[in-house]
Amino acid sequence: MTEQSDETHAIKANGVDTAPADAGPGAGRRSFLTGVSALAVGAVASLAPIGAAIAAVFDPLRRRGGDEGLVLVTRLSAVPEDGTPRKFTVTADRKDAWATYADTPVGAVYLRRVGSDVRALNVVCPHAGCFVGVAPDGSRFACPCHRSSFDLDGAVNDPASPSPRDMDALDVEVRNEDEVWVRFQNFLPGREDKTPV
Amino acid sequence: MKEMLDWLDDRTGYRALVKGALYERIPGGARWRYIWGSTLVFAMVVQLITGLVLWSAYSANAQGAWESVWFIQHQMAGGWLLRGIHHYMAQVTVVLLVLHLMQVLIDGAYRAPREVNFWFGLLLLLLVLGLSLTGYLLPWDQKGYWATKVATSIASMTPVVGPSVQQILVGGADYGHHTLTRFFVLHAGVLPAGVALLIVGHIYLFRRHGVTVPKNAASKPDGWFWPEQVLKDSVASLIVMATVLGLVLWSGGADLGAPADPTEPYAAARPDWYFLFLFQWLKYFPAGWEVVGAQIIPGLVLALVAAMPVIGGWKYGHRFNIGVGAALLAGVMMLTWLARAEDAADPDFARAKAEADAMAERAAELASAPPGISAAGGLAMLRADPLTRGPKIFEANCAQCHRFDGHDGLGGQPGEAPSASDLAGFGSREWLAGLLDPDRVATDEYFGATAHVRGRMVRFVQRGVAGFSPDVREDLEKVIMAVSAEAALPGQSALDQAQLAAIEEGRTLIADESINCVRCHTFRDMTEGDVGPVLTGWGSREWMLGMLHDPSDARFYGDDNDRMPSFGVDQSLTPEEMGLVVDWLRGDWVSPPTPEP
Repeated sequence: MTEQSDETHAIKANGVDTAPADAGPGAGRRSFLTGVSALAVGAVASLAPIGAAIAAVFDPLRRRGGDEGLVLVTRLSAVPEDGTPRKFTVTADRKDAWATYADTPVGAVYLRRVGSDVRALNVVCPHAGCFVGVAPDGSRFACPCHRSSFDLDGAVNDPASPSPRDMDALDVEVRNEDEVWVRFQNFLPGREDKTPV
Repeated sequence: MKEMLDWLDDRTGYRALVKGALYERIPGGARWRYIWGSTLVFAMVVQLITGLVLWSAYSANAQGAWESVWFIQHQMAGGWLLRGIHHYMAQVTVVLLVLHLMQVLIDGAYRAPREVNFWFGLLLLLLVLGLSLTGYLLPWDQKGYWATKVATSIASMTPVVGPSVQQILVGGADYGHHTLTRFFVLHAGVLPAGVALLIVGHIYLFRRHGVTVPKNAASKPDGWFWPEQVLKDSVASLIVMATVLGLVLWSGGADLGAPADPTEPYAAARPDWYFLFLFQWLKYFPAGWEVVGAQIIPGLVLALVAAMPVIGGWKYGHRFNIGVGAALLAGVMMLTWLARAEDAADPDFARAKAEADAMAERAAELASAPPGISAAGGLAMLRADPLTRGPKIFEANCAQCHRFDGHDGLGGQPGEAPSASDLAGFGSREWLAGLLDPDRVATDEYFGATAHVRGRMVRFVQRGVAGFSPDVREDLEKVIMAVSAEAALPGQSALDQAQLAAIEEGRTLIADESINCVRCHTFRDMTEGDVGPVLTGWGSREWMLGMLHDPSDARFYGDDNDRMPSFGVDQSLTPEEMGLVVDWLRGDWVSPPTPEP
């Protein structure tokens, strides 16, 4: 099973070199124990670097998505009164690996008035993560990548739409009469349930 | 000399090695059909060399990747050529790999005892596709960013482990610095190492089994790898290189889009052309079936191809394999064509593409002109550009009422007719001359659709100005020059400088009895009735910012304000956004340096 025995075999088959035709140097119970010891010692010697490497490679699993809580996105007056969705950039403080960014763009939302309510949808398509656009006639949301289609409430409105769920609605609060605050979050694409990243 | 070489050979045995490598007997002689493998080795070496040099100038972080690639592309001597070769050789490599695979299939070169080598080749194909996928992201432009988002989203759909796999690949919960460091180590470390090992194994096994001699060549005399086959391989490699150079020159080099921006839509997101078939393929899988389309079926197809050496041993197995290979190739070509055809027929895609190209060009232009890219990076540079952001802010906040040169700022038409002035050229002499034109002041271009149409200004223009004598009309020209000079528009500064005397005269004429702007407007220290907006600094950056902040302020329309929102007081626009839209309207943005005549 060791690399060495494979190599020996290959050399013999190739006929390039002449290994001893008999049992060879690796036979016998004593040699077996020596071999096991060699591998065990080697494994112990490699333990620390391999362990550290694995820990570092899997480190991203410890990172959680930025849930900055509610962030101020805009003023109510900037959201069209006629119910047309409008895109707003969400800025928040963000930490990216070693760097901290104050008040940096972290994503975008569509805001839309429904009666006296304000609704927020994350612009990211729940199918494969593209940026969903508003159809030219303003009647629906349309993803430019794989043709997912949503109505203005963000609900899938076409049976052929590949998106497994509706667009991701976000919590909205209107504070002090006209400040629109949104809990900005991203969710895992390609699944029916809405799981925050 | 000979002694030295003898010495070296004695210590290293290099002669046997060289001899073994070059004097390989080729049964049936050298043939053109054996070139594919060698062209691929050539391509890989080119990628290694160009890749290493690109690496020496590349910075793998979210604030350095686009910036360093821009520098390679536009500033480094030969950088565009280097990057162009790397970019197009990658594409040609994929084509060569498929041709090589087809050659192996047709010749039946995968059958016993060459199964393992076939699998090595298949693994090489996968690794090369992995190199393409990871390389696509590294420039950190809009195209790579959004395309790779789709790719990692697909990875996250894998049952159970998907989300973790995605997070490990992306280097965290969000795209950022570690996404680039990780993709880069895959692209420049892990995958190339795998490719190198597999190539060594592939060539070793190939030498062990020898070429698969076609039946009609079996009776021909044997040839040698050196120099007969090497000559053919070299000629083929030259043709490959010429093709790549042709592509680089024809396209003007590899693309570099605008810097990646998670907040800006990129409707032109498409993978590189050799992944288009998968992209198109995904469109046919409704909700809940993505995993089947993106992973299970491609996985099964791959398993079928991997099983070809076994299938090939059966009675009609070889024909079956060739049939499968041909069907797969046809299917891939068909899907690629469909993807292209759908995009070509889609006006939205064409618009998105044009917009993306314009953004890319503007980003490169800004980076080239002073002040260039600051430490905050290319995205911050683009976001601070009035020409880029201004029209978008205008479209979203101003175009419900105003127009810009008849459109909404972005070239579109809002649903409703304009109900306030057209702001293209605001502050210029032409704009003012239009306002003071009795035939135009009450049209949609100016006050036609506002409450001011019944105001004193319109009355003054339609009754007063219309009756001006030729002399007064000449004075009015100077008044226009003087008021417009208050705006200090960058595009008009040369003209203003050249006509200082006339402007100075105009300034006194503002209060002249015949024209008498100061009856309603304040100009510097002259005022009689403060009704209309002040003319001191009219159209200047400061004046316009004040207007946007609060048009109902006494300095501007006061109580006569029609419907214009107080963007600053309401905080519906940030000071930064107001600055961007004002600078855009004033034509005040960074221009590329004009070449010396």
